[in-house]
Amino acid sequence: MTRYLIRRLLIAVPSLLGISLVLYVILALAPGDPFSALASNPSIPPAVAEALRRKFGLDDPIMLRYWHWLIAMLHGDWGYSFDSRVDVDVLIMQRLPTTLYIIGSSQILALLVALPVGIYAALRPYSLFDQIASTFAFIGFSLPTFFTGLVLILIFSIQLHWLPFVYRTNITATGWAGVWAHIAQAIMPVLVLGLFQGGSWTRFVRASVLDVVHLDYVTTARSKGLAERTVVGRHIVRTALIPVVTVVALQLPFVFGGAIVTEQIFRVPGIGSLLISAILANDTPVIMAITFVFACLVILFNLIADILYGWLDPRISYR
Amino acid sequence: MNEQQLRDLIEDVRAGTRTRREFINRMIALGLTAPLASAMLLQSGVAMAAAPYEYKPTKRGGGGPVHVLWWEAPTLLNPHFAVGTKDQDASRIFYEPLANWDADGNLIPVLAAEIPTINNGGLSEDGKSVTWKLKKGVTWHDGKPFTADDCVFTWEYASDPATATYDIATYQAVKVSKLDDYTIKLAFAKPTPYWADAFVGVRGMIIPKHLFEQYKGGNSRQAPANLAPVGTGPFMYVQFRPGDLVRAKINPNYHEENHPYFDSIEMKGGGDAVSAARAVMQTGEYDYAWNLQVENRILQLLQKAGKGQLKFLYGGDIEHIQLNNTDPWKTVDDQRSSIKTTHPFLTDPAVRQALNVLVNRQAIHQYIYGPAGLATANFVNNPKRYVSKDTSFEFNIATAIKLLEDAGWKPGPDGVREKNGVKLHMTYATSVNAPRQQTQEIVKQACQKAGISVDLKAILASVFFSSDVANPDTYTKFYNDIQMYTTTMTQPDPQLFLAQFVSWEIAQKENKWAGLNITRWRNAEYDALYKAAESELDTVKRAALFIKMNDLVIKNVVVIPVVYRPDVAAAINGLNTRLSGWDSQMAYLKDWYRET
Amino acid sequence: MAGSTHASVTADGIAAVTAAPSVRPVTPGFEAWRRFRRHRLAVAGAVVLALMVLTVAIGPTIWRVPINAIDFSAQVAGPSLAHPLGTDSLGQDLLARMLYGGRISIAVGLVAMAVAVIFGTLIGAVAGVAPGPVDAGLMWLTDLFLSLPQLPFLLLIIYLFRHSLTAIVGEQLGIFILICIVIGGFQWMPVARLVRAQILSLREKEFVEAARALGASTSRQVVRHILPNALGPVIVAGTIYVAQAIIAESTLDFLGLGFPPDVPTWGRILYDGQNYLDIAPHWALFSGGAIFVTVLAINFVGDGLRDALDPRKVI
Repeated sequence: MTRYLIRRLLIAVPSLLGISLVLYVILALAPGDPFSALASNPSIPPAVAEALRRKFGLDDPIMLRYWHWLIAMLHGDWGYSFDSRVDVDVLIMQRLPTTLYIIGSSQILALLVALPVGIYAALRPYSLFDQIASTFAFIGFSLPTFFTGLVLILIFSIQLHWLPFVYRTNITATGWAGVWAHIAQAIMPVLVLGLFQGGSWTRFVRASVLDVVHLDYVTTARSKGLAERTVVGRHIVRTALIPVVTVVALQLPFVFGGAIVTEQIFRVPGIGSLLISAILANDTPVIMAITFVFACLVILFNLIADILYGWLDPRISYR
Repeated sequence: MNEQQLRDLIEDVRAGTRTRREFINRMIALGLTAPLASAMLLQSGVAMAAAPYEYKPTKRGGGGPVHVLWWEAPTLLNPHFAVGTKDQDASRIFYEPLANWDADGNLIPVLAAEIPTINNGGLSEDGKSVTWKLKKGVTWHDGKPFTADDCVFTWEYASDPATATYDIATYQAVKVSKLDDYTIKLAFAKPTPYWADAFVGVRGMIIPKHLFEQYKGGNSRQAPANLAPVGTGPFMYVQFRPGDLVRAKINPNYHEENHPYFDSIEMKGGGDAVSAARAVMQTGEYDYAWNLQVENRILQLLQKAGKGQLKFLYGGDIEHIQLNNTDPWKTVDDQRSSIKTTHPFLTDPAVRQALNVLVNRQAIHQYIYGPAGLATANFVNNPKRYVSKDTSFEFNIATAIKLLEDAGWKPGPDGVREKNGVKLHMTYATSVNAPRQQTQEIVKQACQKAGISVDLKAILASVFFSSDVANPDTYTKFYNDIQMYTTTMTQPDPQLFLAQFVSWEIAQKENKWAGLNITRWRNAEYDALYKAAESELDTVKRAALFIKMNDLVIKNVVVIPVVYRPDVAAAINGLNTRLSGWDSQMAYLKDWYRET
Repeated sequence: MAGSTHASVTADGIAAVTAAPSVRPVTPGFEAWRRFRRHRLAVAGAVVLALMVLTVAIGPTIWRVPINAIDFSAQVAGPSLAHPLGTDSLGQDLLARMLYGGRISIAVGLVAMAVAVIFGTLIGAVAGVAPGPVDAGLMWLTDLFLSLPQLPFLLLIIYLFRHSLTAIVGEQLGIFILICIVIGGFQWMPVARLVRAQILSLREKEFVEAARALGASTSRQVVRHILPNALGPVIVAGTIYVAQAIIAESTLDFLGLGFPPDVPTWGRILYDGQNYLDIAPHWALFSGGAIFVTVLAINFVGDGLRDALDPRKVI
């Protein structure tokens, strides 16, 4: 097990290097440059854009630029944003707490909904509860977040005036009012994301529990006279969790990466909105930094998932 | 004053040589009331301009906070790096120029003591120098005095190629010297009729020498003041989160008495235009929202919620369709749309005229843009003194069919007209934007009825407007038959704006497609007119030259103007905003107040 | 309660399986079909799906209003006799647009889902049974695709391939193929990881060991024994993908990768209609509803399929 872990971690280094190279090349080759805002404005001479390109080294060969980026990154220099002319790590650190708060809460909400609802629905397939849960789950993932977000805004902000729909990072109120202000503005984005995610996770939980409930060892456990709680908790859920762990592990890097559409709708200043504005402005250092951290998290969480498989199902061997 | 004199005065206002306010002041001096003078103008058919702005507060501060929403979030606060309007606006909270532009395209002094004129000796007769007198007693937010040194430094800073400012061209065109602590002189290499560029308006914001001195040139990005601005403006820096939030508090030592009214300002960024409009006009969470490029129908319905009102800022931006003069489907010298080619059918005047009457501008104005896009026949639409009256537009499919028939374009078996094996089939590109896609459909259907087949293309704005040479979809490459976008007029003088049609500005591979002339139209008469206007110091003659240039462009259907687009903003009821289409929307923030 | 039910169900199942041969020989395919038929919701889902496909296939020939006839006198009008689903902001008939767009949306949804599921299953299955280095390589590929920022990558693909592909297979088909590949190409990773995870667990189970002991080849073990048992999560992923692909198609339109701006699809109609939700709710609700019903139907079909293919389960 330890040897397996060490080997996997060692493999992670070259694979990260490889991913970073591919990412860099794609970003460099993708059309667009940081100066599109200069373009439709006839009063800005073309020479300005060209001078800026040269200053930012955009005309160097790609491999040279990648090399510079890699060396800087290894020294802890994340580069600086073309668009804001600020160090990238400063930008990311400004966004990180909000992202963790909003996206993190929504993922927790999704799990809290998906696990019990999914398990309960699978234990009583096609019961009324299952039908209702399924319908909500389908609504949850067949409607895009831009749509559900707008529906919530129309109901809770515009009709009822209960919740604000512009997220503020500078809430000055203190005490309970301040706490409520923080919670109130998070409710809608967390709901939109959490229910979208929870909807699909519920289906995964339900499906994988359904796959397990009929297995012989479950029947054996029951016939041994074990309490239903033990059977469900220790025998069914544990084995059924493998697919769930997989999809959750795939999703968790987004707690860092943010959710672009939802952040846009509610003006949540998270990493997702930073990424999309950087992409639209072709602000390569910012895109590169975010996607690289994201890639690290993808690898990390998938490694964790692989290890969890072994814990959930001891028969899985590591080769 | 006799009737004739009065009529002449009104004519002056109509022609734009005299502002509305000058007229009204003159009338008040004669003992008339302002509303009566205003009514006189209205009766004479002079369009209602912005009423003169009245600032009512009698003391500084006390207005509480004002919340404004910029749905594109500001990402930097150094005015000379501020490429986007959002950044220019955010910088303007803190920094000021010597003078602002007002809604009529006139200069209003801010950090200058007065506007230079020939009479006060500020402008030289030969048009080669300008002398600005600075306002005395102005201090930076940190208490240091504002002097001529700061202006000279701003010029050095912005004109240094190593600093890489976006307004470098403005500052490289002048030489600035200090005459005394409160006087500077700008010298031009040749007679320059449009002298009010450096130190004026959006590009004129002056930065403090004592904070930026060490950060000129290569290390300009390390200046702490890039993120924590220190200016002379009505508000002082509190907090900045790029892409999210700008906060500022009142400047207790602001150089204009009783200004500003608000105690603090918060500029929130991000989101989309529709929800920004909702936040002001439907829920009232915010006081002001900027740049609401939203379908008119939605805006009008939101306005009915009654919490706020739409504001229109008239600049010179024009949504127009460009017709390619070169062949976008033939590759010559490794590029398409090369000037060595000619377009197979768009060079036929009959086809161009036919397209001109196939664009239903009135419908596009009425059903898509509303007051945010006015149907127009002209390329230059503002200031009024430069607007041609000899042009007109119509929408008439029958006329188009007749023009095409007469020129020998006959319908083929598929209904598409053709002549000598050339089919009237074209691609029509624009950026992704709901009103633009609707315009595309309206034009396409009219064209189909006249026997011209059209393929529509919508390209992501960040790709369409990029200057990336490797990308085939940029608007400067123009690898399509026709394309549509808004070209912005950033100053109340059409000279630069009209450089978009001179032959030496043609966008080609040789200049990395960086030329301003995208249609690749070439006309010797136009070139000559442009050269003449560049050094014509007589404002009336110069205006006549510009009008002639506009008319040449329109009569040859180089482009088809679609709608003339003012900026749209929304303000909550009771908020008095002084705005100008020729300057940043924050230019007159010092004059904003809330009616209680 | 649940325990006793299941026990008896299992017993019934065995009884059914053992009883079946005595009546007549049953092929596994026929058996699956029989099981599928007994899943009422699955049959209902299949019928609804077939109806929707039929509607969009022949609908435009019956409802002959052109999809793009502009009528300024009927902008954002609610449902009426002339326009049963109302009109959009140019006065275009939404029923005609929904019928026409449904063809594209349903086709893109199903094909893109198939691309993602087939490709993902393939990668996941190979990674699950192949030796360490192959597994590591394939998982590296999966991680790479997971971390790619989609927007710049899509722009690069458009820029590299659009012209060449549309030149080869023609405008409409070329775009369709490109869209399905691109959407599928961005959704196969979770399937691959799901299948691999299931295989890691299933390959150690007794019935696979039994098959191995009987000399079944690796591919036979995977295809006949492991994959059918790993299908549950894959089918769930598949139904989610149909919904996502329909929405993603409209996103691609906006990037300039999809169909030209005057071609309506469900995702695009929903997107265009969203800002009118409080003014003209019909615009967004009909398109959103159509996507929802399609996903619902496909999901029930998926449930039925899963039950039908799982030999241990009895409905």
